[in-house]
Amino acid sequence: MTAFIIRRLLQAVLVVFLMSGIVFFGVNVIGDPVDMLISPDADQDEIARTIEALGLDRPIGEQYLYFLKGVATGDFGKSFIFGEPALKLILQHMPATVELALLSLLMAIVFGIPLGLYAGLYPDRKVSKGIVAGSILGFSLPTFWVGLMMIMLFAVILGWLPSTGRGDTAVFLGIESSLWTRDGLSHLFLPALNLALTNISLVIRLTRAGVREAMHQDYIKFARAKGLPESRVISVHLMKNILIPIVTVLGLEFGGLLAFSVVTESIFAWPGMGKLLIDSLLQLDRPVVVAYLMIIVLFFVVINLVVDILYSILDPRVRLRDQGA
Amino acid sequence: MKTQANIHKETPLQRFWSEFCESRIAVGALFILIVIVVLATLAPWITPQNPYDLAQVDVLDGKLPPGSEAFTGYTMWLGSDGAGRDLYSAILYGIRISLTVGLAAGVIALIIGTVIGLVAAYAGGRVDAFIMRAVDIQLSFPAVLIALVLVAILGRGIDKIIIALVAAQWAYYARTVRATALVESAREYVEAARCLALSNTRIVFRHVLPNCLAPLIVIGTVQTASAIALESTLSFLGVGLRQTEPSLGVLISNGFEYMMSGRYWISFFPGLALLLTIVTINLVGDQLRDVLNPRLKR
Amino acid sequence: MIYRSALGALVASAILAGPALSEELTIGLASEPTAIDPHFHNLGPNNAFARHVFDRLILQNELQQLEPGLAVSWKPIDDLTWEFKLREGVKFHDGSDFTADDVVCTWDRAPNVPNSPSSFATYTKGKTVEKVDDYTVHFKSAAPYPLMANDVSTVTIVSDEVGCGATTAQYNDGTAAVGTGPFKFVSYKPGDSIVVERNDDYWGEKPIWSKVTFKPIKSGPSRVAALLAGDVDVIASVPTTDVATLEKNDKVSLSQGVSNRVIYLHLDHDRVDSPFVKANGGGSIENPLQKLEVRKAISMAINRDAIVDRVMEGIAIKAGQLLPEGFFGVSDNLEPVEYDAKGAKEMLAAAGYPDGFELTIHGPNDRYINDSKIAEAIGQMLTRIGIKTTVETMPRSVYFGRASKGGPNDTPEFSFILVGWGAGSGEASSPLKSLIATHTPDKGWGSSNRGRYSNPEFDALLETALSTVDDAKRQNLLAEATEMAIEDVAIIPTHYQVSTWGTKKGLKYTARTDEYTLAIGVGKE
Repeated sequence: MTAFIIRRLLQAVLVVFLMSGIVFFGVNVIGDPVDMLISPDADQDEIARTIEALGLDRPIGEQYLYFLKGVATGDFGKSFIFGEPALKLILQHMPATVELALLSLLMAIVFGIPLGLYAGLYPDRKVSKGIVAGSILGFSLPTFWVGLMMIMLFAVILGWLPSTGRGDTAVFLGIESSLWTRDGLSHLFLPALNLALTNISLVIRLTRAGVREAMHQDYIKFARAKGLPESRVISVHLMKNILIPIVTVLGLEFGGLLAFSVVTESIFAWPGMGKLLIDSLLQLDRPVVVAYLMIIVLFFVVINLVVDILYSILDPRVRLRDQGA
Repeated sequence: MKTQANIHKETPLQRFWSEFCESRIAVGALFILIVIVVLATLAPWITPQNPYDLAQVDVLDGKLPPGSEAFTGYTMWLGSDGAGRDLYSAILYGIRISLTVGLAAGVIALIIGTVIGLVAAYAGGRVDAFIMRAVDIQLSFPAVLIALVLVAILGRGIDKIIIALVAAQWAYYARTVRATALVESAREYVEAARCLALSNTRIVFRHVLPNCLAPLIVIGTVQTASAIALESTLSFLGVGLRQTEPSLGVLISNGFEYMMSGRYWISFFPGLALLLTIVTINLVGDQLRDVLNPRLKR
Repeated sequence: MIYRSALGALVASAILAGPALSEELTIGLASEPTAIDPHFHNLGPNNAFARHVFDRLILQNELQQLEPGLAVSWKPIDDLTWEFKLREGVKFHDGSDFTADDVVCTWDRAPNVPNSPSSFATYTKGKTVEKVDDYTVHFKSAAPYPLMANDVSTVTIVSDEVGCGATTAQYNDGTAAVGTGPFKFVSYKPGDSIVVERNDDYWGEKPIWSKVTFKPIKSGPSRVAALLAGDVDVIASVPTTDVATLEKNDKVSLSQGVSNRVIYLHLDHDRVDSPFVKANGGGSIENPLQKLEVRKAISMAINRDAIVDRVMEGIAIKAGQLLPEGFFGVSDNLEPVEYDAKGAKEMLAAAGYPDGFELTIHGPNDRYINDSKIAEAIGQMLTRIGIKTTVETMPRSVYFGRASKGGPNDTPEFSFILVGWGAGSGEASSPLKSLIATHTPDKGWGSSNRGRYSNPEFDALLETALSTVDDAKRQNLLAEATEMAIEDVAIIPTHYQVSTWGTKKGLKYTARTDEYTLAIGVGKE
């Protein structure tokens, strides 16, 4: 186990290193950040001075080495636009995204599992067919479209919920988050639901498929034959087995949520990392883009590792191997 | 084969079709999908306007509500967008682009993924480990992020967005093909073929690959739908296709501006078209999965 | 529902805090300042926000006319020296006095902020400041410089004690965000909000708002939705598409004003073989844009009324020169070119192009109001007179780099482009110097002359204008220079942007030509 984790971590470092190169050279191809940033009133002298100040006058290879040197000491470079360390900016935006992703994950579980269970247990009922069709709709609907409709309906027409932005925050258990205040939650609800839609559908489908497959398995037949009450069969024997793929997928999807929040955050003006990324991409804030992607890579590698470990705990048949199947 | 079929009175294809028809929703979806594809293919002959020809588009026709008469005489049944494009024409042309992007990305990703998957399955050892590691990393990276960054780097245009989508999707195919190929190559018939000293290529293409088809078809449909959705999302975020040759995504994103102004038709109809296209593909794909997955057979 | 809760909140606040003490305001901004440090980034949103916490020696009012700020008067005392008398009795938010020392150290800091993506050196360069006594300073330049007051009016004054030695990060966390302005800094969460509260000791007219929250909402429809839902009280940059609907909405009122920004077309005057001008069929052709008749024909082919009415939904003004009327240095003799497609075609034929030619128009798609739609409309109009036009729009991150120096040897890449220019100084020399004057890097002229127009006669005239300190004479010289440029079709102006602010009913925003969104501009009806 330890050897496994160490090897995976070493791989992670290698992946992050490779990615840093690809991303660094990749984003340096696009556009000219100085043209984006500088006041149109500036003359050529001033432009040249700015290029030098941002270090863009040096050859790209040298810039990369300089960047790597910085990374080794935890310095991902300074944002062109904000003049602050890129890492600091990302960390400032992270809590907003994480709370959004967490709530939407919770929604996926709370809505997804019961609906999927129902559709799987009674596949021939009309309601079940409706649930399945709905789930297909759920991941076919383009997120940005749904988000807009939600704002129109719940914020503008009905006036129930705020349309955009993040609400008040409070500190609880040492964590500052808008999850702890009513205002914060009311701001969170729409974007979280918007982000959760795809995952609710996903969980419904996974649960349903899991149930349908499991119902034919011997252990369920055996449990029933033992005369166990149906509720126990479902809650213990069935759930335990279908939870494995769901946990795996949700674990991986948590990363996906962080990434997909790019779309949701830009519609709901949510001050998270996703919005930071898209803004930085559009405004050519290269250091932030590079730092964001490197952090995300690291994050995904860690999530994969955690899921693999959890997996082995939930299902002893799975041995931790070096190689994903 | 013939006698066998006569005994069952059904060829495998017929059986497959009758099983597919068990779901009326899926049949309906397939029908609508076919209609959409036919309309899109025939677009130049059945639309009053070529929305890409600036000589035919007039800004004075802009933002007309559905049913209005255009300057040049024809009726705009679905209204027009901000630049004066007839939405009915623009939507059909847009579906063409969206489908082209989705299918091209799907097919190229399928080919690349299949080849890589087969190489992994057959080479085994370090090559396999390396490829699968790459696949794992790629898969753990959300497609939207890969495509977003790639398109931002490559720039706009159909070819570039296809490259980005392929880069985001090949791994799904590779993983599926490898898994299926590993299972299949352990089967008796492959053993038998080996004993007959058939060449590896022959075994792969004549025996193993056909057996991978079922899962590939299912993944292919789902991935095509998701490619179309992804393209529209990228266009919405402002890094997708060009404004002047709009795909459905660009049309919706243009219509987004008119959302609050009561001009619902500019984004509503393209949105509906996008929705119909993706939902029908997914519904068909879903039924294919049920039919082709033997484990669910009752 | 909204009414009731708003009313409830109003009643509640009245009971809790009494009237006039807790007047809170929330403003939805279209673009966010990139820092609280007023010298970090010379950028519209930053400069606008700085006006809340800080002051300048000279303030620009809503029409960009100069008004006394921390200076009460200014005048040239010889050809090279301007004397500024400073306001006495002004205190910084930390209680320290405002004196000439603050001006001197500000002038030193403004152009030298580390990592600044666009510094204020543009305005401070070539000028020095000397303290005469605590409330008098002298600004000196090497050559006679009539625009001294305009340049001084762009620089924000920070405090000698805490501001001048501080880093950008110290401004952002609030420790150095100490100014003399109408509001005190409270908090800054990038991407989320900026909060300021009333400075009850303000030297000027005290703001009516006790607390102001700025929220960046980049997407236009989302901003409108936030206003309609009552989440914000004021929004900047109402999208033109929503103006008509909002005008009918009785929960909202709108304020509009012409901006200092002209949208225009720049044509390649320089290259004989221009890369995006082709003969019919795609062969090379001697650049027709160099012929005056062709440029005139193009200008005549553009239906400015259609652009204003259809593309801009009436929220723009047809343009015939570089700044709208009322600004310093505009000409009274110039009218927008009349639309005449037939005449344009004839003129094109007379110039030797009866069948037109092929052209690509390049433009940004996320910089100006409706920019890509305007480019498309112009493409349609030119195609109609026989110039087969391809429209190519791209994000500004890519566009401006290529438009300025995407070609060989850092020359402009495109042949025919759509661009805009906002005159930050609020007078005509700004566009004339940057867009029309011959591209001369050493002199800082023609820095945005992407068509490489060059006319020695014009340059000489502008040179004279820029060294004429007498306002009336300079005004005439600038108008004359403008006429010369427009008659030679150096650029083709299409329209001036009009900015629109939305407020909830009962509030009113005083529209500004510089597109700034200021809390002090929000009043009650």
